[in-house]
Amino acid sequence: MKIVVLLKQTPDTETKIKIDASGSAIDHADTKFIINPYDEFAIEEALQTKEKAGGTPEVVIMSFGDDKARELIIKGLAMGGDRGVLISNAGLETADSLTVAKVLAAAIKAEGASLVLCGRQAIDDDNMHVGTMAAELLSWPHVNVVTKMALNGEKVTVEREVEGGKVEVYEVGLPAVFGAHKSLNTPRYASLPGIMKAKKKPFETKSPADYGLNSADLKGKIKVAIKSFEYPPAKPAGKLFQGEEIEVMVEKVVKLLREEAKII
Amino acid sequence: MKVLVFIEQRDGKVKSSAYEALTVGARLAGSPADAAAVLVGADVASLASQMAGYGVDKVYTVSGAEFALYNAMGYSAAVEAAIKDFSPQVVVGVASPMGRDFFPRLAARMDAALLTDVIAVEWKDGALHGTKPMYSGKCRAHLVSQNCNLHMVTIRPNVMPAQKSASGAATASALPVAGASALMNTMKTLEIRKGKSEKADLTDAKLIISGGRAMANADNFKILHECADVIGATVGASRAAVDSGYATHDMQVGQTGKTVNPNLYIACGISGSIQHMAGMRTSKVIVAVNTDKDAPIFTIANYGIVGDLFKVVPVLTKKLNELVGH
Repeated sequence: MKIVVLLKQTPDTETKIKIDASGSAIDHADTKFIINPYDEFAIEEALQTKEKAGGTPEVVIMSFGDDKARELIIKGLAMGGDRGVLISNAGLETADSLTVAKVLAAAIKAEGASLVLCGRQAIDDDNMHVGTMAAELLSWPHVNVVTKMALNGEKVTVEREVEGGKVEVYEVGLPAVFGAHKSLNTPRYASLPGIMKAKKKPFETKSPADYGLNSADLKGKIKVAIKSFEYPPAKPAGKLFQGEEIEVMVEKVVKLLREEAKII
Repeated sequence: MKVLVFIEQRDGKVKSSAYEALTVGARLAGSPADAAAVLVGADVASLASQMAGYGVDKVYTVSGAEFALYNAMGYSAAVEAAIKDFSPQVVVGVASPMGRDFFPRLAARMDAALLTDVIAVEWKDGALHGTKPMYSGKCRAHLVSQNCNLHMVTIRPNVMPAQKSASGAATASALPVAGASALMNTMKTLEIRKGKSEKADLTDAKLIISGGRAMANADNFKILHECADVIGATVGASRAAVDSGYATHDMQVGQTGKTVNPNLYIACGISGSIQHMAGMRTSKVIVAVNTDKDAPIFTIANYGIVGDLFKVVPVLTKKLNELVGH
């Protein structure tokens, strides 16, 4: 069995997002990039799956992106991944989710993987698209927002969190794609020997052409374009109460909630 | 233009946000004759009449034992059948856990554009234009569909209100979908367990009261629950509180937790990190309680109280109880 983990580089959650002068792109000059936080749960689940299977499955850490993703893939290798694959997005920087899924699906197929793990969503575009779309393009099942999974031979029992605390329980046949949620596991830290070893692990840099895809052709089929960005409207200054008796301040706020905001 | 709207139901109960999607669909279509809805479930024929007056003349009903429990394979096959029968240019759904789960699968299958979780949507010059919060709401993107014949969109719940008009016969039209069971061979829904809580989930909640690191321990959340019970609110938490073990993961509001959009958000002992505010800044009214008058949360709060949450919250509970309690 081969396991592929899909990884995306995203800005650190504490990043202040700056729209650039053109208004149609984000200025990432000062951005610190991290592994998309949900993807860390996917890496951990892949490593635990490998350990439970006696260490035989190969864990491939794969990303479609620019060269900044390289060090993040290596971080995944330091956690315990076996091999890194960076598929260059040169010429496809404006790719929409479906385009990215087309490239990744072709790469997953070429790898001959039977288990694909990714994060439930990337925290930049918040789309929750790519893993599911790749599964569809491969004609595989998918379960996203997975909080629990148990592998039994070729079948996986998974739990998925939905609204109202409800939990959907599935039995899924491999090959399949699973999107990891936070409570799936606790991602390990890369150990110092792990970090040293990671630099020597196999790492391939690929392009869509290596998987029989034509970037210009893909570019011509991008279905969703970002025309511009804007900041959310600023909230008008609120009313701040301080230095008075608690009773008095709370009374005022409750009155405002009823009479001004008309909420209560 | 022809528009198809997916209506989400679970256990025979139509989700309230489905009417928001219907309202958007009817507006985009322009005429009830050009708008249709599709319901999928164990036996959904009787639910179609609930769509009457929401601007759709036709409601496809896909009924069958195999659709009793949600399954991405089965539900995509059902909606795909409705798309093939009605030939819409636009398909509208809700960015709920269900909509977000199978719309991407369907979009990939139909080679369609997909705009997810939009807070505004228009049809202009033959394309779908949507406004979508990104980076958990730190900014918004204007998205436009292109290079496709089918345009799909899911709307964020509780943003675009449902509006009933006089039109729309909502006549049920049973749509047989064969072969869905076979598709589910690779993926069976074994069960859907009920949640422990009767309360609305954070993402659906109209009223939320959240605690931060200042809660100091899990037991102290009791005072938030007491306040929540008075007004029927759901209790949330900041990442700091969750990471410290004071609250569970499913309670987390923020960039790696839930993005919420209630009518009222009460933040107690939450300083307001960038990642927390990203997840709750679109709340219609924000009340913040914090001992630090310079806490960032006050910059987005409509009403702020500088004070100790352990003193403020019990008084708030008492005052709210006087106002709305029984």
